[in-house]
Amino acid sequence: MLKDIGKTLIGLWSLIIGLKITGKEFFKPWLTVHYPRQEVKNLNTYRGHIELTGQETDPWKPKCVMCGKCAEICPSGCIHIEFHIAGEDDSSQTEKILIGVGVEIPFSGKKFVPAAKIERELDIFNLNYNLCSLCGLCVQNCPVDAIKFSKDVYLAGRSRQDFEYDLLARLKGQG
Amino acid sequence: MKPNESKFELNGDYYSTRFEPSGSETGDTLILNMGPQHPSTHGVLRIIVELDGEYIKKAEPVLGYIHRMHEKMGEVKTYMQYLPNMGRVDYLHALAWNWAYVGAVEKLTGIEVPQRAEYIRVITCELNRICSHLLWWGAYLLDLGAFTPILYAFVDREKIMDILQIVTGSRLTYCYYRFGGVSADITDEFINQTKEFLTYFKTRIPMYHDLVTGNMILRGRCEDIGVLSVETAKQYGATGPVLRGSGIAYDVRKVEPYSVYDKFDFKIPVGQNGDAMDRYDVRVAEMTESLKIIEQALESLPDGHYINPNLPDRIMPPKGEVYYAVEGARGKIGIYIISDGTAKPYRLKLRAPGFSNLHLFAELSQGTLLSDAVSILGSLDLVIPEIDR
Amino acid sequence: MINFLSIPLIHIIVALVAILAFIGLNGVVLVYMERKVAGFIQRRPGPYEVGPQGLLQPVADALKLLGKQLTSPMGADKILFWSAPIISFAPVVVCFLPIPFGPSPNSTGMELNLGLLLVLAFSGINVFALCMTGWGSNNKYSLLGAARAVSQSVAYEIPLLLAVLSIAFQTGSLNLSEIVQSQQGVIHWHIFMQPLAFIIYFISATAETNRAPFDLPEAESELTAGFHTEYSGMTFGLFFLAEYAYMIVVCSVATALFLGGWDGPFFDGFWWFLFKVYALMLVLMWFRWTYPRVRFDQLLNICWKWLIPLSVLNLILTAFFIKLVH
Ligand code: SF4
Ligand code: SF4
Repeated sequence: MLKDIGKTLIGLWSLIIGLKITGKEFFKPWLTVHYPRQEVKNLNTYRGHIELTGQETDPWKPKCVMCGKCAEICPSGCIHIEFHIAGEDDSSQTEKILIGVGVEIPFSGKKFVPAAKIERELDIFNLNYNLCSLCGLCVQNCPVDAIKFSKDVYLAGRSRQDFEYDLLARLKGQG
Repeated sequence: MKPNESKFELNGDYYSTRFEPSGSETGDTLILNMGPQHPSTHGVLRIIVELDGEYIKKAEPVLGYIHRMHEKMGEVKTYMQYLPNMGRVDYLHALAWNWAYVGAVEKLTGIEVPQRAEYIRVITCELNRICSHLLWWGAYLLDLGAFTPILYAFVDREKIMDILQIVTGSRLTYCYYRFGGVSADITDEFINQTKEFLTYFKTRIPMYHDLVTGNMILRGRCEDIGVLSVETAKQYGATGPVLRGSGIAYDVRKVEPYSVYDKFDFKIPVGQNGDAMDRYDVRVAEMTESLKIIEQALESLPDGHYINPNLPDRIMPPKGEVYYAVEGARGKIGIYIISDGTAKPYRLKLRAPGFSNLHLFAELSQGTLLSDAVSILGSLDLVIPEIDR
Repeated sequence: MINFLSIPLIHIIVALVAILAFIGLNGVVLVYMERKVAGFIQRRPGPYEVGPQGLLQPVADALKLLGKQLTSPMGADKILFWSAPIISFAPVVVCFLPIPFGPSPNSTGMELNLGLLLVLAFSGINVFALCMTGWGSNNKYSLLGAARAVSQSVAYEIPLLLAVLSIAFQTGSLNLSEIVQSQQGVIHWHIFMQPLAFIIYFISATAETNRAPFDLPEAESELTAGFHTEYSGMTFGLFFLAEYAYMIVVCSVATALFLGGWDGPFFDGFWWFLFKVYALMLVLMWFRWTYPRVRFDQLLNICWKWLIPLSVLNLILTAFFIKLVH
């Protein structure tokens, strides 16, 4: 009986300790970040969707050599690349070579050699960000570091189409 | 009715019509569907319970509401492409799944991992474990009706996520480990922030104990609730803190040390009675042990490559099979791969600890009050996506 | 005006209107206060966006509730289902009548010799409403919640009554105004003479109003929303309002019985009364955002094993001392 009462008193004391802690926290400042007025500060380490990088000499031209490795490794099939062989004057008439979505590139078993011999011109580099799983495999596997992560975190859109990015246009648009 | 013909029925679906109530001597029993949308099931778990008053006569978990075919996806994707899936099986301790998969493929292919990469893996995986336990802690108390602790836990969890974001670039579904290492080296910023966090978190744990562990009401809700005997635990294949709460010091990090875990000095906390309070204590103690491991790993972090520089261009393991297990926050995570020598696995099997632990619930909850069942369910620390895969 | 107010009927009508306005206003203030307290304890600002410092948030919430469709579940007992919120809310208005908010006779809705009894009796009707929701909703969670509510209220009414009784013994009156009158000056507040009774009263009151850590009838992690699972829009709003109103009632009674009512160190007046009531409310909120919920059998154990014996003991001691003094 006495033991029970003692135990209960200790228990009641534990309740008061609890109140003390929450009471103290009550007077401490907020820890939340209020988005439109404030923003989080560590976005520099965030890895968003991918973005093409430009060449050093000509930042409007993508570094990409159109090897298709990124599209091939992408687990979600969200990269879509089209290009044509340079020199053929009208790009719209030549047959475009597709890489990516739904096109499986047979694996030759040989080590990859960037096809520097033939000049290629990039027509389309699309990213369907709806599907992207942000794994970073594409960036890691690009042989010429032609893609990087953007820091785009404040994304909002009205439809799925808003997240189908034309990366080539983005590269040219942002300069 | 043909099996593929579906009809909207008000009298119950496949599972509830097949549920066999055990009945009671005193009178009618009430059959209650807890879930798939219920605040205490943390996701889309559904439990059919038969109640006699508020006492549970029988409980039957229904699975499959978030089945995403992870195992089948493994068969149609190349080894590399399957990596991001791992972060999504158990999103709370994503790095442990990362590790299990990467480890299995490395073992099968014979890829060597540089020492530095192993250490980085240990540090990040343990940080992630604390993160996972913190969320469990908060969510468990939420089940028991205390709202505030989860927000305190999130304060700390947020710090860990900031740290992990520095190297992984993401905050929840990490895809950080690669065959032969990790995808990015850790930076000074990472090391400094981790050290800061270590000292900070050591001051937080006593606060947690004061606010929650010592609390009389919490003790009343956990002590002697859901007592799990060693035999039952073994029968169901329980692992992780659930098994350790019953007094068996089974931890893959200690009994079959993988990676560099044998170089660190840490204890495996165990409970005595196997009740919910023991499982609680084990998890909270594990957070402290993880801190110790991180501290040691940071001290002895070797230089070198963060990823094996001579990796084959394409991962193509030889014919054969492999099993690799790591200790996740919820228990033993196992990956079993059969390779037929092509670029894709022939078969891939994921052993999710939550799956075994969940089925304890049916046994443990029998004869308890509904409130106790919620407490038991919380103490098992289930992540439904991992169970359904 | 004063003359008008001295006519009992007019006085009561004016009082009822004032009480309704008071309840409505209080609902708004308390919702805001509760959310701010929760926010501060959890290191976040709470409502912040609507109006300055989020002051208009409860108004926006109320408007949202008003605009929502009222639905009733299939197979519900319509009469019970729709009358329950009204039965839950209506008696609370009566509970305010005998409470003396200030020293002037006009600040009491109705002077009653048995005022205390009236409050206790009418606050008991709330249970009846919960019972009806449980039966009428055709929902298993509601049923369980209602079953819990009934046994909880029945059990906790006993220590509540016993604690109140010891004050009644001491003052020899059930009239709340007289009880307040009898404790002029801070040292005469009954809390100093009857600390045990105060603690018992406060714990029982928390349980009576279904506040955390005794919020079992609406334990959301067990019973989703408990007895009001099926209620939407303003019917839910009425339950909500009634709950806050009952909290005010129990805190007012506590103030009148134990804390000297409108009596204060300086400037007696209704502000003291309101201040004390809100301070008690703050404590209730503080409890809610600190503790886990107790289990059902524990809840009843606390009542039968601790509160009732203690309150009986307290009553006997009080009676003994009164005899001794006289
Ligand atoms: S991050 Fe992963 S999913 Fe996204 S585009 Fe790159 S490879 Fe594909
Ligand atoms: S891997 Fe790099 S170079 Fe190759 S197609 Fe993709 S972006 Fe272009």
